[in-house]
Amino acid sequence: MNGRLRLALKLLLSDRGKFATLVIGITFSVFLMMLMTSMFFGIIQHSAANIINVGAKMWVMDPDVQTPQNAIPMPDYVLDAVRSIPGVEYAMPLYVGSGLVHLNNGSYQAATVVGLDDATLFGRPNLIQGKIVDIYRNDGFIVVDDGNYAKLDSPKIGTTFEINDHRGVITGIARVSIGGLFGLPTLYTTYTRATQDLPSTRYLTSFILVQPKSDGDVGPIEGAVKKLGYLAVTDQQFVQRNDRFYEFQTALGTNILIMTLISFIVGLSIAGETFYMFVLDNLERFGALKAIGAKGGELVQMIFFQSLVVGFLGFGLGVLLSSALIAFGKFRIPNYAAVITYQNLLLALGMVLVISVFSAYLGIRKVIRIDPFSVFRG
Amino acid sequence: MIVDVQKVTKWFGDEPARTYALRDVSFDVDFGEMLYIVGPSGSGKTTLLSVISGILRPNAGSVIVDGKDIWTLDSDALADFRLHEVGFVFQDYHLFPRLTVVENIAVPLILRRVDWDDSLQKARTVLGVVGLEDKADLPPQKLSGGEQQRVAIARAIVAEPDLLILDEPTASLDGDTGKKILAFVKSNILNERRAIIVVTHDERIYEYASRIVHMEDGRVTDHTGVG
Repeated sequence: MNGRLRLALKLLLSDRGKFATLVIGITFSVFLMMLMTSMFFGIIQHSAANIINVGAKMWVMDPDVQTPQNAIPMPDYVLDAVRSIPGVEYAMPLYVGSGLVHLNNGSYQAATVVGLDDATLFGRPNLIQGKIVDIYRNDGFIVVDDGNYAKLDSPKIGTTFEINDHRGVITGIARVSIGGLFGLPTLYTTYTRATQDLPSTRYLTSFILVQPKSDGDVGPIEGAVKKLGYLAVTDQQFVQRNDRFYEFQTALGTNILIMTLISFIVGLSIAGETFYMFVLDNLERFGALKAIGAKGGELVQMIFFQSLVVGFLGFGLGVLLSSALIAFGKFRIPNYAAVITYQNLLLALGMVLVISVFSAYLGIRKVIRIDPFSVFRG
Repeated sequence: MIVDVQKVTKWFGDEPARTYALRDVSFDVDFGEMLYIVGPSGSGKTTLLSVISGILRPNAGSVIVDGKDIWTLDSDALADFRLHEVGFVFQDYHLFPRLTVVENIAVPLILRRVDWDDSLQKARTVLGVVGLEDKADLPPQKLSGGEQQRVAIARAIVAEPDLLILDEPTASLDGDTGKKILAFVKSNILNERRAIIVVTHDERIYEYASRIVHMEDGRVTDHTGVG
């Protein structure tokens, strides 16, 4: 390592009290920022669970639908109209609703029910137990083994229950990549049975799942569906639409943003003030270095290095701490909605860099102005 | 001649509140000479020292060190000049309390981009010159005032500068220690390739001067040859 930077590091590490305060301040700030943003990304991801788990390339819905949880049913003719659009390879109906499950132990539990197209079962989950054909039994249901599985009393193959006073039997147990947001267990069945067993409005189709013939057909299909008075979006667009809803149309995004900003300001204040105090305490020494022959640029480099060391160390510890807490949370609560993505890592890193640069700037302003003549004044 | 100061004037503030710290100061210093600048407080000694060492820009006059008119240099070149040509012993030593003695001594070499380990090795050698080999790995605050002064001297000479500047070297020392330090500097540090300028008002150490420049109210009032 460059000798001047090593000297800077020694000066930084030797003032243990301030060094610890700086690292703890930034760690705490990163911890809070990571936790807040991880919760946000986790909630967003879980809220999009149906879109991700079903895995259709395109979704057709009522234009007022913002999330997969709040479908506005469409009349049956829309499915036929979509199937007739050039560029559509196939299109299947999907039912998403909720029902009240009466368990054998006498208790009731609300559940999300997904009705798959009877002919193709397009969008079905991966079974870990049971045979998919058994879903065609006149009372067959597949249960998803996620964080909410235990709420249905951890049913096995053959476990019976009642849903809206209709008999149901577990014929398969499945895994999905992401659990739902609202803490409800998920049951899959056929479209026909779902629409028969669950109370519904005049129209039944929640979504139409579309497979375009090619990527080039996506645009024309969107245009054709729009002419029908409905909305066609790709799965990514639907995820973004869902994200925007939670970010801007609920208090969730705003509150998380406020908490993240507060965490950032806390880190900025602690690190900025402590680093400034550190520079003030060492001002005489920086003056002596200047008198001996250190150039202004070299001192700036040393101070930047010190603030970046503290910043990266705090970032690393903060990420470690938040990861540990999230891992513990997921261990204790399987459906714990927090996820660390590269976006929130980058966001926290960016904010730490701002904190480091700001802290260094406060110190540099002071050091650049110090007159080495003052060293002679004693 | 290593230092040639010609008609240096330095003032602080603007008219009408302008204060003159130096007025038409001229003198020179030769290699192998230990020149004292003496005078009462406020006579301009420290200001003169700062001007000679490239820290404080004069309002008029010139300072030529080793053939270089230092006040024609830009700020980076001045920093290089201080780093390569001048060794400083500050009144309060300005040692880094959290570096070891040997690391403190190595600072000028580190600033000159000498490798860290080579710098420490050279610093240990110089520590031997000031007789503190056994204190190398202690923090400076564990040393006595006289020992700290020796560390400061070691730091000043580690890069082998031509000009050594000592600002009130006995101010923080008792009489005996002060005299011992100056005797040591004269016998061990001063040589024919180096000049030393000492600013002091401590008459007890005048006996070690080669020559004394007396100052009062920013003016040189007398030159005294001592021996």
